[in-house]
Amino acid sequence: MDEHSSAEPIIDIDDLTRQFTVYRKNGSRWRRHRDTITAVDRMSFRIERGSAVGYIGANGAGKSTTIKMLTGILVPTTGSVRTCGLEPVRQRRELAARIGVVFGQRSQLWWDLPLHESFSILAAIHRLDPDIADKRTHELVEQLEMADTLDTPVRQLSLGQRMRAEVAAALLHSPELVILDEPTIGLDVLSKQRLREFLRAERIERGTTLLLTTHDMGDIERLCDRVLVVDHGRLVYDGSLAGLGATVGARRVLVVDLAAPTPDLDDLPCGAQLLSSEAGGMRQRLAFDAEHTTAAALLAAVSDRAQVRDLSIEEPGIEDVVRRIYESAR
Amino acid sequence: MRGDAEGDGRVALAMRRCVFRRRTPSTFGVYWKLARAGFKRQAQYKLAMFAGLFTNCVFGFVRAAVMVAAVRAAGDFGGYDEGTIGAYVWLSQALLGATQFMGPPIDLVDRIKSGDVAIDFLRPVDVQLSYLATDMGRAACTFLPRGVPSIVIGAATFGLSMPTTPVAYLLGLISVLLAVALSFLCLFAVALIGFWVVEIRGIRVLYQIVGTFLAGLFVPVHMFPDWLRTIALATPFPSILQSPIDTLSGRVAGMDALLTVAAQGFWVLVIGLLGRVLLRAGQRRLEVQGG
Amino acid sequence: MAEPDSARIVAGTWFTPYLAVLRSRVKAQQVYRLSFATEVFSAFLIGLVEFAEVWVIFHNVGTLGGLDTNAALLLFGLSNTSFALAQVLVGHLDSLPAMIRMGTLDAYHLRPQPLLLQLITSDISLRRLARAAVAVIVLGVGLWRNEIDWGIAPVTLIVITLISGIALFCGLFVCAAGLQFFLIDGAELTNSFTYGGSFAAMQPASVFPAPLKLLFGFAIPVAFTAYVPTIALLGLPGPPLLPAWSAWLTPVAAAWVWLLAFAAWRIGTRHYQGGGG
Repeated sequence: MDEHSSAEPIIDIDDLTRQFTVYRKNGSRWRRHRDTITAVDRMSFRIERGSAVGYIGANGAGKSTTIKMLTGILVPTTGSVRTCGLEPVRQRRELAARIGVVFGQRSQLWWDLPLHESFSILAAIHRLDPDIADKRTHELVEQLEMADTLDTPVRQLSLGQRMRAEVAAALLHSPELVILDEPTIGLDVLSKQRLREFLRAERIERGTTLLLTTHDMGDIERLCDRVLVVDHGRLVYDGSLAGLGATVGARRVLVVDLAAPTPDLDDLPCGAQLLSSEAGGMRQRLAFDAEHTTAAALLAAVSDRAQVRDLSIEEPGIEDVVRRIYESAR
Repeated sequence: MRGDAEGDGRVALAMRRCVFRRRTPSTFGVYWKLARAGFKRQAQYKLAMFAGLFTNCVFGFVRAAVMVAAVRAAGDFGGYDEGTIGAYVWLSQALLGATQFMGPPIDLVDRIKSGDVAIDFLRPVDVQLSYLATDMGRAACTFLPRGVPSIVIGAATFGLSMPTTPVAYLLGLISVLLAVALSFLCLFAVALIGFWVVEIRGIRVLYQIVGTFLAGLFVPVHMFPDWLRTIALATPFPSILQSPIDTLSGRVAGMDALLTVAAQGFWVLVIGLLGRVLLRAGQRRLEVQGG
Repeated sequence: MAEPDSARIVAGTWFTPYLAVLRSRVKAQQVYRLSFATEVFSAFLIGLVEFAEVWVIFHNVGTLGGLDTNAALLLFGLSNTSFALAQVLVGHLDSLPAMIRMGTLDAYHLRPQPLLLQLITSDISLRRLARAAVAVIVLGVGLWRNEIDWGIAPVTLIVITLISGIALFCGLFVCAAGLQFFLIDGAELTNSFTYGGSFAAMQPASVFPAPLKLLFGFAIPVAFTAYVPTIALLGLPGPPLLPAWSAWLTPVAAAWVWLLAFAAWRIGTRHYQGGGG
């Protein structure tokens, strides 16, 4: 089926660096001084065929730059990148036939023409056999529920409809690798769900590899089996989503309901932090670090001070986890 | 939740840069500020201004060569001699930057297209005048990098004769100010068509070509055949280029100059009013149609 | 699972992608009838005004640079037909700065065709045919009114001039596009040789001082699109730098401009991709 061994990763990035020269005014009127920004800093990772990887990071962390280097738009300053076994810049046209890219913010469709025109043009661009193109278009239209938008000019589509169209357009030529840059941005919950379902099905049926950039944790949770976190151009985490929470040391919260109003428990021995105290101290929320203490130890410490009537534990949300990463970087 | 003292400190530092006046500025003060803002903004586009100057000069060289040859070949070329025709060519090129005839579309065009113009209507300043003030600032900024060098280069390469009396320059300055204002008001009015027509790029290009021709950019209006000159004088365009050129180069002097400037003032009022009428109509359309 | 092998069948020919896009652009322009009609009228008016610019001068002068009013018709007709048709084909390249700024250029990188060819075939400005029509009419009138020694040679010369002229101006637009990757803010700089070149082509080059003759006769040889062929057709001697017989060298001029264009494009795209450091 493949011309290359299935052992070769579909994305292979090694010590990849990309620097930009920027001219900044440093206060004086006429002179500008040069600054070098390192958008991507010695990044290395491999992505195997058929996997689904989430790529998260704050704005400006280097995600788009990495994608541009993966797809042949930008040349790396140093380091190497291979996509589908090809060199992206040198073999851009060959690569274009094997990958599909969806840019959330920019359209690849033709604005003033009906949607079906865009599909036929793209089929011609990829020189697809007309019958195959037809079949594939029907398949995509059906699965993405776009039948009633085919005759609408693209510029009149709603955001949700347009995103589905962009995804269909990117998948028309059945690429091995699909890169999606913020595909669910601005979509309502239902549209997001539909899109995720579709991508998941696509991956199962065709073994398509997915690389997904997003700020939406829901996308990651439902679609990806691996997460790459990038911060200031550096890869700070590469692993599963579950491990991410543990690594960042996000805190669990113990919520205690006490029998009587109690003064704030803000000086407990095990280093727990009082987050809030309600109803005169009858309900207090204590955050603790899983590395420094356990829920049991904390409970014991609280019980020493007051009578505990009820308790519950809150786990760190993914948003919290990611926010901590972003903020720890500042 | 966390005491972000550091963050607060940063905000305070940034706020110190925003200077708020102790008392509310007068209306003139507002427009002056807008003009200054327009000036500062234009000052950032140094490369663009140089590019404009370069293109001005290339066109200037070609036109000057042709015009000088024409003056030499013809017995009477509209009453111009080599010096005065040089002044005509280079002054017209110099004024292109300020009058932004050939430049990119004004902001208003995009704002109408995107609907952002609705925000402009909510502001407590007059829309037309505030845009005008900003543009005057912009035009002032092109004076040094584009306007003056064009004349200097023209004088150095082809030679041109300019008047020696200060009166001519004073009247010339007034004429230039009126011309720039008029040019902007025309562009403003054209941009307003965007309220009714989706894509006005074609109209803009047509305006650029017909407008520059009738303004006397390529041939002095004086030398148009009578019927064409009548058409031109029925439009505001000659007041945008031909009038300030004539006044500044001394081709019209004394009473004639005053009349020329008066005609410019007339057109400023007419087009200004037209702009306001269109603006009001556009605003009403926006209110009815929605964003 | 799926049918990957059959999906690899490559259908059509190498120009199928380009034809598809062009056809869609033509269709798009037909859809908005009223808008298209006004744009055609506008282009026609522009053509008239451009002619008026030349005509008013000659109306006042009679003879300029060794050419009379009838010769001026040829001058205008040849240069503007070439330029207008070049604009029909590649005039849309001046939206490149906007595409770079808004990032829409990236979409072209994701298609399996060379970037420049994609951009050239990404649109075709049919409305500018109206402008070409004005120029063709003026050219026709010029050919009729002038005393030309008709034969195979003049006809061949006219055909070669027009084709090379179109190629030359297309090359100028491509050259300008290549430079846009550097200029961004200073995009107007390229107007100096695209629209400036067209303007210079309409003038009798004999009136140019030496530096201008070198510029528009050799560096950006637009003089070959109209002036030199005009004096060749009319049997006039030319200025020493641009003799009449060099009218046959217009294809060389076009080739030179395309050399510059390819160089500018290569350097420009390298810079955009960051290859130039």
